[in-house]
Amino acid sequence: MLRPVMTWIDERFPMSKMVREHLTEYYAPKNFNFWYFFGGLAIVVLAIQILSGIFLTMHYKPDADKAFASVEYIMRDVPLGWLIRYVHSTGASMFFVVIYLHMFRALLYGSYRKPRELLWIFGMVIYLCLMAEAFFGYLLPWGQMSYWGAQVIVNLFGAVPFIGPDLAVWIRGDYVVSDATLNRFFALHVIAVPIALLGLVVAHILSLHEVGSNNPDGIDIKKNKDAVTGKPLDGIPFHPYYTVKDIFGLVIFMIIFASIVFFAPEMGGYFLEHNNFIPADPLKTPAHIAPVWYFTPFYSILRAVPPMFGSQFPGVLAMGGAVVILFLLPWLDRSPVRSIRYKGPLSKISLTVFVVSFLLLGYLGLKPTNIWGQIGGADVATVVAQLCTILYFLFFISLPIVSKLDRTKVEPDRVTP
Amino acid sequence: MKVIIVIIYSFLSFSGLAVAAGGYSLNKANIDATDAESLQRGAKIFADRCLSCHAATFMRYNRLADIGLSQGQIKQYFIADNSVKVGDTMKSAIDASTAKQMFGVIPPDLSVVSRSRGADWLYTYFISFYKDDATATGWNNSIFPNVAMPNVFPQEQGVLRAVYASEDKTSFNLEVETPGTLSPREFDDSMLDLTNFLVFMGEPAAEKRKQIGSLVIIFLIIFAFMAWAVKREFWKDVH
Repeated sequence: MLRPVMTWIDERFPMSKMVREHLTEYYAPKNFNFWYFFGGLAIVVLAIQILSGIFLTMHYKPDADKAFASVEYIMRDVPLGWLIRYVHSTGASMFFVVIYLHMFRALLYGSYRKPRELLWIFGMVIYLCLMAEAFFGYLLPWGQMSYWGAQVIVNLFGAVPFIGPDLAVWIRGDYVVSDATLNRFFALHVIAVPIALLGLVVAHILSLHEVGSNNPDGIDIKKNKDAVTGKPLDGIPFHPYYTVKDIFGLVIFMIIFASIVFFAPEMGGYFLEHNNFIPADPLKTPAHIAPVWYFTPFYSILRAVPPMFGSQFPGVLAMGGAVVILFLLPWLDRSPVRSIRYKGPLSKISLTVFVVSFLLLGYLGLKPTNIWGQIGGADVATVVAQLCTILYFLFFISLPIVSKLDRTKVEPDRVTP
Repeated sequence: MKVIIVIIYSFLSFSGLAVAAGGYSLNKANIDATDAESLQRGAKIFADRCLSCHAATFMRYNRLADIGLSQGQIKQYFIADNSVKVGDTMKSAIDASTAKQMFGVIPPDLSVVSRSRGADWLYTYFISFYKDDATATGWNNSIFPNVAMPNVFPQEQGVLRAVYASEDKTSFNLEVETPGTLSPREFDDSMLDLTNFLVFMGEPAAEKRKQIGSLVIIFLIIFAFMAWAVKREFWKDVH
C-alpha cells in the first residue's frame, strides 16, 4: 500500500533520498552527551513560537490605541487565549536559554573549528535574527517596558556619529516611538524576521549535514570507516537512535516549559515584567528601565563604557562589538585540538572566566547600578561590570595566544564512550 | 529626601509590623485565591466603592461567574444601571473628564493593577491612608506619598494620623485618631478580600491554568518514562 505511493512520489520528488541523507543514513557520532540536546530543542521552540504566534496574530491588533487591550482580550475572552499567550512569552525566553546553551556547547567542544566555520556563521546570524525578533516582539504588548525599552534601544542608533538622529527616525518612522513604530515592528516580527530565520535554519542544518556533526571528543569520525560498508565506525544513524533520544530530551524540556507556562508564567517578573502590565505612556518614564534578561549581558557592557567626547557611541560600539566578535571565533582559536577535554589548563581557566563574566554582566544588567553601593565615588557594580567587560573581550583577544601556548593532551583515535 | 516610614497601625491588627529604612516595606497579603466567599465579598466592595471613580475596562461582569456568582446575582447585586448588560465590561460611574477635574489625574484602570503592583502592595496601600491637611484631598498615603486618591474607607477604618518620630519629619508612625465602624481586624479582613478580588481580576484564568497545568505535568511525566524506555531499547545495540 505505502510502497507504490512512495515510488510515485520518488519519481517526482527526492523524498526517500532526503530521508536517507538527513535521517536514516546521516551518521552522527555515538558519543553525544547532554549538551547535544539543545540544537533539536531550538528547532522545536522555533516551531512552538511560529504556531503560537499565528494564533496570537488572529486576535492581536497592532494599533497604539488597541494593542494593550487586545492582549488582555486574548488573556480573557479568547478561549485558551491565555495559554497561547503564555506559551509564546515563555517560548521567547526559553528560546534564548536553549540557544545560549547550544552556543556554549560549541565553545566547549570547538564545534566552530574548521570545517564548520560557515556552520558557526549561519548560527551567529540566526542568533542576531533572534535578537531582532525578540526586540520587535517585545514592543507589541505596548506596555510601559515595551515602550520605553524600544525607546532606549532605538536611541542607541541615534548615538551613531553624523547619521545617528536620522537613522533613529528612520527606524521609528516617527520622532518618538509611536503607532508607526508599532506597525512596522509588527510587520518585521511576524513576517520579515521569521522568514529569514527559517531560511537560515535550513542553511544551518544543510551545512551541518554536509560536514557532519562534531562530538565531545572533537575528533573526526569520518577518519575511521568500516572497510566494507564505508560507514563511520563511531557513527550511528540519526534515525532512529537520535530521534528516540531527542524525544526523551524533548519531554524533559516540555516538563520544564509547562511548569513555567502553567505555574509561573511571569517567572518572578523576568519573563513578563511587572511594569509591562501598565499601558504604554509616552509622558511617563519609568524610574528603572531594564531590558529583558537575555539582553542584559550586552546592556551591562553598554552601561559599563563611559561616554567619551560627550557621546554614548563608544558604549554602543562595545555592545555591538561584543556580539560581532563571536563571529571571529573559528579564526581566533588556534589550538591543535577542538574539545575542551584535550585542551590544557590555560584554555579551561580562560573559558571559565569568560562564562563567569558573561553571567555576572547579565545579572548586573538587570539591576540598577547602585545595588552594591559606592567605593571612592564610583558605583561598585559599575566597576565590576567594567572589569567583566574587559574580561569578556580579553577571552577573544587572548584566544590566539592562549590556544597556541596551552599544553594540550593527545586526542584519542576513536571516540570515548 | 528619604522618608522612613513605620506603620505602627499594624500592631493594632494581627498582621506583622512593617519597618524599613530608606523606603517602606509591605505587609504580606495572606489571601486565598480558592476562597470563593472572600472573592465575592471583595467583588462587592470593588463594585460598590472602587467603580465609583475607577474602571476595569477589560473585566466583564459575567466573568464573576468564575467566583461562583450566578447571572441573577450579578445583575441583582453588582449592576445598578439598567442599561448595563452582564456581558459588558466594568465602566467607571464618573466620566474621565469629571475625574480629571476632581483629582487632577484620571484614576487608573484597575483591570490588571494587581499584576503591576502585586498583592502585598495593594493591601498595604489600602490600610495606609492617613489624615494630612497639606494635601488637596485632606488624605495622604504612607506608601504612595501625595497620592491623588482620597481615603475611601474612613467610616470603616476610622481616621489615622501621622505621628512624627523625629524633628525633621523623615519618619513617622500611623496612629488611630478616631475609631471606625469596623474593628481593625474586620477592616483588615475586608481589605484582604478586596485584594483577593483584584488579584483574581488581574488574571481570571489563573486557577484554571493551574488545574490544567497539573494534568499536563502528570501526562508529561508518564510520557517521559515511556520515552526513556523506548530510548533504552533502541540503544541496546550501540556499543
